[in-house]
This record gives sequence, structure tokens and C-alpha cells, in this order.
Amino acid sequence: MIRLTTPITEDQIRQLKVGDEVLLNGRVVLSRDIGHKYMKEQKPEWLKPILENMVIYHCGPVVRKNEDGSWSFVAAGPTTSIREEPYQAEVIDTYKVRGVIGKGGMGKKTSEGLRKTGAVYLHATGGAGSLLAERVKRVVDVKMLEEFGSPEAFWIIEVEDFPLVVTMDSHGGSLHEIVAQQSQERAKTLMA
Amino acid sequence: MSECIIPTLTSSEVVESKSVLPKGWKADLSNLKALDLTQPVLELLRRTTSRLPQDVIEAIVKGRDEEEDGSRAFNTLNDMVRNINLSDGQVTPLCQDTGSIIFWVRHPFGLSQRAAKKQIREAVARATKNVWLRPNCVESLSGKNSGNNMDPFHEHHPAIHFEEWDRPEIEISVMQKGGGCENVGAQYRLPDAAIGAGRDIKGVRKCIIDAVVKAQGQGCSPGILGVAIGGDRVTGYEKSKELILRKLGTPNADPKLDALEKELTKDLNTLGIGPMGYGGHTTVLGLMVEEMYRHPASFYVSISYMCWSSRRGTLTLAASGQPSYDL
Repeated sequence: MIRLTTPITEDQIRQLKVGDEVLLNGRVVLSRDIGHKYMKEQKPEWLKPILENMVIYHCGPVVRKNEDGSWSFVAAGPTTSIREEPYQAEVIDTYKVRGVIGKGGMGKKTSEGLRKTGAVYLHATGGAGSLLAERVKRVVDVKMLEEFGSPEAFWIIEVEDFPLVVTMDSHGGSLHEIVAQQSQERAKTLMA
Repeated sequence: MSECIIPTLTSSEVVESKSVLPKGWKADLSNLKALDLTQPVLELLRRTTSRLPQDVIEAIVKGRDEEEDGSRAFNTLNDMVRNINLSDGQVTPLCQDTGSIIFWVRHPFGLSQRAAKKQIREAVARATKNVWLRPNCVESLSGKNSGNNMDPFHEHHPAIHFEEWDRPEIEISVMQKGGGCENVGAQYRLPDAAIGAGRDIKGVRKCIIDAVVKAQGQGCSPGILGVAIGGDRVTGYEKSKELILRKLGTPNADPKLDALEKELTKDLNTLGIGPMGYGGHTTVLGLMVEEMYRHPASFYVSISYMCWSSRRGTLTLAASGQPSYDL
């Protein structure tokens, strides 16, 4: 088990390999479909200090607004990452992001982006909404809540021992590619 | 030996004690005009969003126990059981994607569907306010979230299917269908040269295998498949979704389809996709297949994929007015 705390250096990232189990600590920034389109097309400057050497989490949480105006995460598992495939590599490079958390893995373009910039794809258990929300210790801030709506906003949170698996590393390795190839082979036999 | 997390669902007494229905609440089905379904449906949603059906939990545990001790597949299924326990105890959503909300209402003659629709929509809006549901209804082109799970103009969400029957009771089933698994559903038109599928049961089998391989872990495997053979593009998909309401492990009434279900469940679990696509033996928890009639020129195979967090439940209002929930 490897413990990592954001901000993360490129050196730390380059040491990670497919299959490594990671407990992540520190700040994480949530973003999904609308956010990625926005980052790629508009490249907003204000996000630079928020994202540099940080980790993006593909997640649209269930949130509760407390009486004192603060927010709590009620359910916060990952959403399917492949939808961000057209944007991810460029977002990673523009903002020098060191990691992306999601589920289901991503494609070749992102894999190449991870290699080039020095970043990893970290897989969280899909559907484990309450289990992962328990590891969210604090909601630090939220940006673009009005504009994007709560599932799509940039939530900035602090996590503690957030359980993840490296499924795509910064050397071109991808567990998803291996599983896809093996299952396609097996399917040929089953369909014969 | 790794720790096997045991499912510890709260007892029905505890669930009852947290109910939004007043103690002793009963419907008066002799006066359907005055019937208000809002509270009983709100209670149904409270349960479905935080509790999985027993048959689904058992299938997840069985899958976990068949995985290699300490493997990623084993640990992932174990985490799923942890999550099930946690959400049930806290009454919080199992998954942040509380899904598209789909209802099936079966009712006797005399119920106003217009009134029932209004009440069901109100229940969904209240469940959203209670943070049991995430606002999951956005305008397509602008992406603007309506905020309360209501489709304000066309009233397509929540989806409600009504059917009048000749029985005295009212039965309301609901499914919370996540977007990730909805996206990996597939519809095939046979014959399909790309996968070599003809217009026969072997062709159907090929479609199902192809869909599961294409889905990989992206629909949050292990999945549950609803498969409709025939129908048209709409009725086929509609049926495939409704099939997911069936309890896992119940046999198919059609012996040839029952054999297909059993054989395919075994075969799909040799694909090696595993929980979340990490590899492993548990790729599907089960599948339900049904045959429909079709136009002679068309042969569709419609496949709906449900994630492991198969949130479904049924409320029955007996003729006596007594409400009962299957969760």
C-alpha cells in the first residue's frame, strides 16, 4: 500500500506502476463532463493554481448543505471516465495535473497524455458511494456551482486514505487494455 | 485469509421505525379518487436508494466467495458489501448516481393516472430534497440541471408506466437506473454480419456476449442483464429494462430461455472481466431473457445492463389498504 499526499511531484508519479494500491490524502478537485469541455475549450486561468500537481476526480456527488452553510458529501463514488477521453490528455497537460480518479479506465489518447505529462489514472470502486464519502473529510470550496449544477461543479475536497488502484501508469501500462484483450480473445471462443 | 465482510442489513422493525408513513397508515382503496400515493412512494424511494434486494446481495457475496482470497476482485466485492451495510445503516444513497427513476404502476379500474403521476412526481421531488436522490435531470443541449429531478416541460422524467389490471390491489415498482450502466446497453439488428449473428438463439447469444465484452467494467460490473428478443426499437428496450425487476435466481418460465440464461451466466463469467473490469470470475450476477413477437422484417435484440447496485423495489397496497414493501 502506497500513501500519497497532494500536491504530488512528477518523480512520485513516475514510480507508480499498474496494480499499485494507493491511499490518497489531501486536496482533490472534482470535475466531469461539463467541466472537462469547459477546461479544454476555454482553458480558464483561475483553475491553474487549483489544479497544478493535483488530482482530478471524475465524480458527481450527492451533497447536503448544512445549516451553517457548509457542505457535506453523502455519496461520492466515481463516474465513468471514458466520456472525458476527448478532453483528458489536454487538460492534464494544460494544468499539469498528476492524477485522474475515475472508473472504467480510459483510452489510448489519455494513456499517451499520462506518459507525456507524468500522471496516472487511479481507479476507485464504482457504486461505493457511501464508503468513499466517508473518506471525504472536508469540503473546502466549490466553483461554478450555479453555472454547472451540483453533479458537475468543481468541488474542492480533502480526502483521507482514499482507496485507489493504479490501473494506468505514466509508462504506457494499462490494466484495462490487458483485460479487454484477454476477454475479447475468450469471447471469440465462446462465439465460435 | 482476508476478512469476509458479512452483510448486516437492518431488521424490518428498524426499517419500519424510520418509515415516513405514519404508524398504522392505510390506504382506502374503496375511494380511489381520494387516494394520495405521495407518502407511500416517498417511503419506497427511501428504501430503494439505500437498500439492495436480498437476492442481489446474496449474488454479490456468492461472487466474492468464489474469487481468489485477497485478489483485487475479492477486495472489490468485499468493498461493495461494506458499502451496502453502510448505506443501509445510515439511510444514505448506495451510489452518488441515484439514477434515472423509472416506475411501473399496476392498478385497478378507477385510479386517475393523471393524479397518480402528479403524486409520484411530488414524491420524487421530495426524495431529492431529502438528499435521497441526486438531481439527475438536465436539459439536453444546455446541460442545465432542473434541480429537482423533474422534467418541467415534457414530463418524461421520472418515467412512469401505467397498466390497468383486473386485480384489486395497487402495485408500484421502481428502478433507479444509473447513467454509467445505461450507457453500455445495446441494441442489435439481426442478422449482424459484424459479429456473425443470425436470426436464431445462437445469434442472440452472440449479441449478449458482444455487449458484455464491449461494456467491460464501465457499467459497474458485475452486471445484471435484461434481454428482449424481438419487439421494435422502443418496446424491445422497454421490455429489457422491465426484466431487471425479476428476482435473481427465479427460473425463466420458458425452458429454452431458462437454459440460455443459465448457460450464458456461466460462460460470461469465464470472460475474465470481473468486478469493475479489474479481472476476475464475477462479471455478471445473472441475466433475464424474454421473447416478444416482432415484425417479419425486423429482428432486434435489446440489452439493458444494470450495475451491481441494482436498486429496485415494489410497494403493494393490498385490497385492505395495507401497504407492504419488498425491501
